[in-house]
Amino acid sequence: MKNILRYSFFDLIRSRWTIIYGGFYLILTFALIWLSGDLLKVITSLMNITLMLVPLIALLFSSMYYYHSRDFVELLLAQPLKRTHIFIGQYWGIAISLSVSLIVGLGLPFLIFGVLGTSVLYHFFTLIGVNLMLTFIFVGLGFAGALRYENRIKGFGLGILIWLFFAVIYDGIVLLGLVVFRDYPLDHFALGASIFNPIDLSRILILLKLDISALMGYTGAVFQKFLGSTTGIIIAIAVLMLWVVFPIGRIRFLALRKDF
Amino acid sequence: MKAYLFTIILIINFSQSQAANWQVCAECSCSQLSEAIEAASPGDTLTVDSGLYQEGRIIIGKSLVLRGNNYPRIDGKGESEVITITADHVSLVGFQIQNVGHSYLEDRAGIRVQKAKHFIIQNNRLINTFFGIYLEHAQYGLISHNFIEGQAIEEMSSGNAIHLWYSKHVEITDNEISGHRDGIYFEFVDNSQVRRNKSHHNLRYGLHFMFSNDDEYHQNIFRENGAGVAVMFSKKIRLTENQFIENWGRAAYGLLLKEIYDADIIDNHFEHNTLGIHVEGCSRILYKANTFLYNGWAMRVAGGCSKNEIKGNNFIDNTFDLSMNSQVGDNYFDGNYWSDYASYDLDRDGIGDVPHNPVKLFSYVVNQSPEAIMLLRSTFVDLLNFSEKVSPVFSPPGLEDQQPHIKPFSQNFKTYADDSASQDF
Amino acid sequence: MIQLRKISKSFRHLSVLKDLNLSFEEAGISAILGPNGSGKTTMIKCLLGMVLPDQGDILINEQNISRQWAYRDQISYLPQIARFPENLSVGELIRMLRSLRNRPSQEDTLIRIFGLESFMDKKLGHLSGGTRQKVNLVQAFMYDNPILILDEPTAGLDPVAVLKLKDLLNKEREKGKIILITTHLIPFVEEMADEIVFLMDGKIHFRGSPSHLIRQYETEKLETAIAQMLEKQKIVSVDVSPQVNGQSRLTPVMTS
Repeated sequence: MKNILRYSFFDLIRSRWTIIYGGFYLILTFALIWLSGDLLKVITSLMNITLMLVPLIALLFSSMYYYHSRDFVELLLAQPLKRTHIFIGQYWGIAISLSVSLIVGLGLPFLIFGVLGTSVLYHFFTLIGVNLMLTFIFVGLGFAGALRYENRIKGFGLGILIWLFFAVIYDGIVLLGLVVFRDYPLDHFALGASIFNPIDLSRILILLKLDISALMGYTGAVFQKFLGSTTGIIIAIAVLMLWVVFPIGRIRFLALRKDF
Repeated sequence: MKAYLFTIILIINFSQSQAANWQVCAECSCSQLSEAIEAASPGDTLTVDSGLYQEGRIIIGKSLVLRGNNYPRIDGKGESEVITITADHVSLVGFQIQNVGHSYLEDRAGIRVQKAKHFIIQNNRLINTFFGIYLEHAQYGLISHNFIEGQAIEEMSSGNAIHLWYSKHVEITDNEISGHRDGIYFEFVDNSQVRRNKSHHNLRYGLHFMFSNDDEYHQNIFRENGAGVAVMFSKKIRLTENQFIENWGRAAYGLLLKEIYDADIIDNHFEHNTLGIHVEGCSRILYKANTFLYNGWAMRVAGGCSKNEIKGNNFIDNTFDLSMNSQVGDNYFDGNYWSDYASYDLDRDGIGDVPHNPVKLFSYVVNQSPEAIMLLRSTFVDLLNFSEKVSPVFSPPGLEDQQPHIKPFSQNFKTYADDSASQDF
Repeated sequence: MIQLRKISKSFRHLSVLKDLNLSFEEAGISAILGPNGSGKTTMIKCLLGMVLPDQGDILINEQNISRQWAYRDQISYLPQIARFPENLSVGELIRMLRSLRNRPSQEDTLIRIFGLESFMDKKLGHLSGGTRQKVNLVQAFMYDNPILILDEPTAGLDPVAVLKLKDLLNKEREKGKIILITTHLIPFVEEMADEIVFLMDGKIHFRGSPSHLIRQYETEKLETAIAQMLEKQKIVSVDVSPQVNGQSRLTPVMTS
């Protein structure tokens, strides 16, 4: 598995798309810091962008990589390797190379502008950490989707659908529920709903640090008690981990049953 | 100014009556404060050396000047009130008054002023007093430079730091107050001034006043109080250059205004509050040149408000700038700076060419179902707000700032955030 | 030794292999031929464990390969389309493939044979089709494995490289290896193959030496023979029972 991971990683880290991806964040972050100068504000702006972009790119990039390396995978399958090692190895290769792009793209400008030792450091780490989790989650979902559908139109379609669902539709449904059932106590529903969508959970983890006044004011009672506590943070991270584990399990399952 | 005036009046009085000076210390002929008060004549001065005086229920029924050297500690031993002033022209300066002990039956206080006039309570430290300074039917007094620190844990068993009831013409300046139920409490207090106080970490309100008219509040800092500041059922008040900072919670306000008429709220600073200002049933209020920074809601207008003017304020990076529960009525927003304003100023006159609507659809939704706050800044909500902006359906008509400023107004005083290093909160 | 026992495979409703019995026990080059969709590729993929049969067993050196992976260490494989990771260099690819098996290999000799020395640091994405196929050949021949499976080995090769390939194949045959080749190049089959396995509709249609096929159809060339076989496909079937030693490796059977 390590071999496959290494080859996928080195293949990808040098690919045009990874470099464009990392470069985009690099330029964006530099530009934002340059324009506003307020690191906290930059983190807020970056949050809005990355929570949209990271899942989308992770989904599309992993499907693209699968289809692209489809022929080479046949050679790998003929080698004395476990199937699961090939695909899980590729998964880590994609996830880690995207993560490196992300860390370099977002991190370098902050380091240069001296995030270390400021009070923003914690927010910065939250932003990076959450986006890394999202990368691992959505690379997994995209890769599993591509593994499921040999037809790349279907694979990409599924990826975009997954993204639409988690980024937009899910929230629409939750909001509808909250408005329709507003006469009932919905604290726990809201909390539950936010935990099961990794994008929502990520956003709230960052917002708890940024827009804390608004969040604490309202559902604050529940959100702050839960996500403000160590237990809450551990549960949140555990849920995100589960979201990483689920697609990996799905990749294993599909890899063991698929004809190539 | 008034402080000096009082002092001058006192000095004139004393000189007329050939005032004597009494020394109180452990080895002195008067080792007890109450003995000395008993012995002294009106107009005399008592100088109290440092040390521990375990005396409660000291009643100052004569016009005396009491002066502490290096904070003599007057200890109520957790059983009783410590000092009660019942006479006019009393000064109490430089004491540490401690351990009053809480009671569910009576409002015990460190210093009580009862139906007295022309008193000065200055430069005292009140530690762990149930109520700190308690005024009833008092007039023409000065309470300044006192340090009042309580250890309130729950509202039911705690008192207020500076409590005024049916009083007039009182000046409260430069006090530092923490750890009580309410920092400063006014009920039926008229023509009084509250200046440069710091009221923080109180369980309920940093400032709480009701049925009090013609009062002024300037340059106070209210920080991290359980519910912020509440101003209710009053007329003709002025709040200027105050700071309302970090009041967080489901029912926490920088400033709660309820049933207020004819007030000026100018040059105040609201930062990091769940609600900057919550307004309910208020009329003829001028909000001018205030800055709202990083609040959950900068302003929430709940209903029954009319003839209010909101002019020249800064609304910067608040989660929501404004929420309106009711009809707009005849309230005017004009010439404010909104950091959310995303339009252009082609004629470069500093005023945006397109009116700004400060109410977002999502803030309306959150009013209906508060839990929806979990979707704050989600893509879906952004789309929702955007579509509302493009074709308004829910936005109440007439709620527009016709002249939104392109650049923020500069603030003409230092905020807590600016000089937090120099303030030892 | 390779044995396929009653292998069936269908994709959705399309049945590709039907109760296929086939074994390769002796050294030599077997050309797997058949029209498109005849099941050649599926059969090879079954051997490599890429396609999982619906029914039947595959034994390689007496070991059932179902859900196994270590047996593939015995097999060298040349995939049909040589599309390698674009951003890796030739050297990195070879090193990576070598790291998977971790035993002696002879890539240096092969690199010299195909003249790839100057390409070692080039990225695979920048290579021409023919050069990529040479890289493909290097990776396929670099291990000394008892079984070789080559899918269209001549694709994109220049005549010189084809000659070198033939050389290599002859050497490997002499070492006593089982070599399976699919190709469309009939002259190559005529020259190199010891036997032809002709698949059609997921069944073995013919198995025998090229010369036997030519004789059977009374023609001069293999190409013509195969063309005729395709036309008269209903007639001939083949018995795949254990082969007799010596010259008559084939037992054509006429079906009614």
